[in-house]
Amino acid sequence: MDLKLGHYNKDGIEVVDVEGEIDVYTAPRLRELLIDLVNKNNYQLVVNMEKVEFLDSTGLGVLVGGLKRVRAHDGSLDLVCTQERILKIFRITGLTKVFGIHETVDDAIAAKKSEK
Amino acid sequence: MATVEVTFTPLPAHVRTARLVATAVARRSGVDESLLDEVRLAVGEACSRAVEAHQRHCPAEPVQIEMTDSGERFVVVVRDHAPTAAARPDPAAPPGDGTDRNGVGSGGVASEGVGSGSAGSDGAGADSAGAEGGSAIPAGFGLAVISGLADDVRVLSTSSGVSVQMSWPSTAAPS
Repeated sequence: MDLKLGHYNKDGIEVVDVEGEIDVYTAPRLRELLIDLVNKNNYQLVVNMEKVEFLDSTGLGVLVGGLKRVRAHDGSLDLVCTQERILKIFRITGLTKVFGIHETVDDAIAAKKSEK
Repeated sequence: MATVEVTFTPLPAHVRTARLVATAVARRSGVDESLLDEVRLAVGEACSRAVEAHQRHCPAEPVQIEMTDSGERFVVVVRDHAPTAAARPDPAAPPGDGTDRNGVGSGGVASEGVGSGSAGSDGAGADSAGAEGGSAIPAGFGLAVISGLADDVRVLSTSSGVSVQMSWPSTAAPS
């Protein structure tokens, strides 16, 4: 399965839907989308990974790169993920401490609003 | 002789194929279903690393994967042929000491140490992010992920390239 990307704005927060496999081949497309969103002044991002089937260190790198970009504008990048196979990768790399990880998009948006 | 051998041109698009083949052979070799995600990720990481090394140094050379079912262990070796630091004369190193140049020890890697040391503290991952446009993750991170996943990882760096060997327990496969 290839990578499918979509995004929409909800309550001033840009939600990125990711579906499929994020690896060394597909990750550049996600990177380009995140960079594009930041360049268009979207600094509050939620990446919905509920339909991600595979994530490797290249994908982690893209997410960390996105986080770095939004933080430069006092923004944040949160994740939506409940899949154990994906969460495990964040856990073994210690990145659960770096990203806010939520169970639903609504949870992630509510958490961002309460931070403001 | 390996049970299955795969060679592929060093293009990112083929890494997925390598993952799929490795997972299929692992399943066939009797690796437990609960470990197949680990096999898929670890082989993918090793192949991604090899592809990047080849693209930098020898894009015409194929990356090689050997998968062997010994009956008790399913062993995967991902071999690249990109010249490494070991290929260059290093007066400080004893001759033939080409192992472990990637920050991951050979055999029985302490996965906790490698994993948490990479991005353990809050913000460390983001702070250590490299130049945008390239990877935001430092080199060797993929190997750290592998060693966090597989209980047996050996990284051998020689003058002719790096081989990453990983293994998982398998039961005798049905004939």
